[in-house]
Amino acid sequence: MSKPLKQIHLAAHFPGVNNTTVWSDPAAGSQIEFSSFAHVARTAERAKFDFIFLAEGLRLREQGGEIYDLDVVGRPDTFTVLAALAAVTDRLGLAGTINSTFNEPYEVARQFASLDHLSGGRAAWNVVTSWDAFTGENFRRGGFLAQEDRYERARQFLDAARVLFASWRGDEIAADKESGVFLTDADAGRFAHRVAQFDIRGRFNVPRSPQGRPVIFQAGDSEEGREFAASSADAIFTRHGTLEAGRAFYADVKGRLAKYGRAADELKILPGVTYVLGGTDAEAQEKARAIRRMQVSGQTAVKFLEQLWNRDLSDHDPDGPLPAVDPLVGENLVAKGRASVRMFRDPLATAAEWRALAEAKKLTTRELIIEVTGRQTFIGSPETVAHALNEFVQTDASDGFILVPHLTPSGLDDFADTVVPLLQERGVFRTEYEGSTLREHLGLSPVDPARETAAVTASSTATVPTADTVTRTGRARA
Amino acid sequence: MPQPHPASQPALHLAVALDGAGWHPAAWREPGARPKDLFTAAYWAGLVAEAESGLLDFVTIEDSLGLQSSSPTEPDRRTGQVRGRLDAVQIAARIAPLTHRIGLVPTAVVTHTEPFHLSKAIATLDYVSGGRAGLRVQVSVRPHEAELFGRRTFPPLRLDDLGTPGARAVIADSFDEAADYVEVVRRLWDSWEDDAEIRDVATGRFIDRAKLHYIDFEGRHFRVKGPSITPRPPQGQPVVVALAHRTEPFRLVGRSADVGFVTPHDADEAGRIVAEIRAHQAEAGRAEETVHVFADLVVLLDDTDATAAARLSRLDERAGAAFTSDARVFAGTPDGLADLLAGWREAGISGFRLRPAAIPHDLEQITRRLVPELQRRGVFRTAYEAGTLRGLLGLPRPANRYAAVVSSPAETTAAV
Repeated sequence: MSKPLKQIHLAAHFPGVNNTTVWSDPAAGSQIEFSSFAHVARTAERAKFDFIFLAEGLRLREQGGEIYDLDVVGRPDTFTVLAALAAVTDRLGLAGTINSTFNEPYEVARQFASLDHLSGGRAAWNVVTSWDAFTGENFRRGGFLAQEDRYERARQFLDAARVLFASWRGDEIAADKESGVFLTDADAGRFAHRVAQFDIRGRFNVPRSPQGRPVIFQAGDSEEGREFAASSADAIFTRHGTLEAGRAFYADVKGRLAKYGRAADELKILPGVTYVLGGTDAEAQEKARAIRRMQVSGQTAVKFLEQLWNRDLSDHDPDGPLPAVDPLVGENLVAKGRASVRMFRDPLATAAEWRALAEAKKLTTRELIIEVTGRQTFIGSPETVAHALNEFVQTDASDGFILVPHLTPSGLDDFADTVVPLLQERGVFRTEYEGSTLREHLGLSPVDPARETAAVTASSTATVPTADTVTRTGRARA
Repeated sequence: MPQPHPASQPALHLAVALDGAGWHPAAWREPGARPKDLFTAAYWAGLVAEAESGLLDFVTIEDSLGLQSSSPTEPDRRTGQVRGRLDAVQIAARIAPLTHRIGLVPTAVVTHTEPFHLSKAIATLDYVSGGRAGLRVQVSVRPHEAELFGRRTFPPLRLDDLGTPGARAVIADSFDEAADYVEVVRRLWDSWEDDAEIRDVATGRFIDRAKLHYIDFEGRHFRVKGPSITPRPPQGQPVVVALAHRTEPFRLVGRSADVGFVTPHDADEAGRIVAEIRAHQAEAGRAEETVHVFADLVVLLDDTDATAAARLSRLDERAGAAFTSDARVFAGTPDGLADLLAGWREAGISGFRLRPAAIPHDLEQITRRLVPELQRRGVFRTAYEAGTLRGLLGLPRPANRYAAVVSSPAETTAAV
């Protein structure tokens, strides 16, 4: 092969608040206690992973007007856990999902800049948006946004945060005891930024952090999401778990970078994937089937059905056929606080597909749900999985993976112990950390404040004619 | 000097207030200061470890939304003082796994932030510290800090105008909002009962949803539905603290806090302040609850009074102005400070938050000189006696307000 081997990037997703995480297993531990987070983080660092990743949910999910009780429920605060994890790890990147709908740029920028300082340059921000008034009920400003405004707010939010991150160049703190000069610039941190969503000004009070700003992640597959990522993100968290879909997505998104003046390797594409390992491929397949049955109990299958059918199906027999009635079309009134509900754009068509599949394969409701929801991405012996992961990356279906274990906190252990050494043997995964910051782990070049500010100014003025962005760098140029 | 009798008086509580290189604006230029390290985790880890070696009840970590300023009401453009800080909740979280017994009380501004976020952040601090979290709530009515968020405006504020009806109304309103905020934070901490997580494999239920509660808070400033996304923290209710200088914040302490920091300049004033807080406490129906009143003191400690006074002069000279503070400034010996503390305790003060003028010098004087002297007098612990901050402060782990509702329907109105 003339092309040099790509290096794989690996991350650990802390097991989530959904049915992928199997809590009924006797080995399942707490999703809240710090020891669980520390175990996953230390395992990831022992295996030289790029980062650990935390998801977010700002309201407990409900179904049929009641709090959903079949999955793991409850999670800690993202920033607080990541800051604590910085104390028990040295190199591992710390990635948090933080919402742009129910926060303000000044506060989030302070928090990420603080995390970056306290971790010595290991912070990453997965920027997500919310759409629902349901979650907004937990927040003082309600926070309801029309679906079409979500990305606009997210983009403007990120721009505003970039202005804040870039408001310190990095050379302002002299702290010279002899001369008595602490700051070399009486206006350090000064900013003013006015766009449709935000009108903020003053002085940012966190000096420039080791990475300049956190690594920016974007999650989401929509057209707006792809464009947002191509223009603004360092990495994308995708859900494309098959080679074909992965390659198509990869080519599409990487192809959008040029128009923003960015090179193909400035945006890393990292699908979230699950895996099941066994001594042999057959053993792994057997284990995978058992895990699927634990992930989708009869009750869980009926709840999934309700999400598509948009009706109360509590009397439905999960071991029988799909319901005879059709889904209710319209606003989903049954399931609240779930991203998956939005996936069902045409419930009648999806129901028809499911019925056809159930008929063809002679599946009960539960078997059908097991079939159509979140099957494991990589199943096999460590050799098989290492080969498949490498093929995925070398053939440009991704730049690496965010691994989603099904067990808290031990779910990553076998992967770290058996698959990682095989990837290292193949020369496609680091055996030691080469840098100290997450940007370095990801092979991203250092953040250039002037370029950051220029990008914000261009993106703000492009869509908001009244935009008025003045930053230190901007003023210096003017 | 009258020596307090250990048997007749409960132990004294001692906290230290950490802020940058110390509370004197010239402290960062002192020989032992490490101003270049202020934005590193190692710096803060060292300070808290020192405090823990002195068996202190807790450390507080100062914070503000805006850049520090020599003016309480406006930004400045000074370059000769420490500027810039890190988020205090995150500093506390970063230090938590490195310490074992000492309480961690970060400051958080409640005026522009979301109670839902702060409630889960402090609950999580309680988890990562094994029950050592507190929260110091701080109000900000500064117009320039409001501009950082761009969501609301406050009228210009001058210290001279604080007594005018307009300013009083703004302040009263802000503290009412803070009280609502603390109420929401506390309800969210209780929104999961302790045994809500059942992991019942037989029925497939992870939680008993009857033990999760909507808080349904509706106030003048905001409404919050709940429940929290984070289960009830180890202490049940982490310790809530507020600094108070006047009636509105005294009232906030009386209705909402577990500890109030106050700034008397002598024992008589201390007594009057304690009485006012007790009155607010009774008015809020909390007469039976423990509410500690801690006196804040800025301290410069040396072997002789003259050395301490000379050091203060030197610091003032470097700063170009005599140091002033809301709290009394004590420059003297650890023995002299121990005498002062004893006198103020007689006035009803149950603990002290000492603000070291210069770090590390005055911090080490507290942990290595003052604490041994207090121990010699039999008024301070010789080993940590509890594993949680509430435990160190003699506060029981409180019952869950919503659990009470379930067992006694008649109390529904009172509890919610």
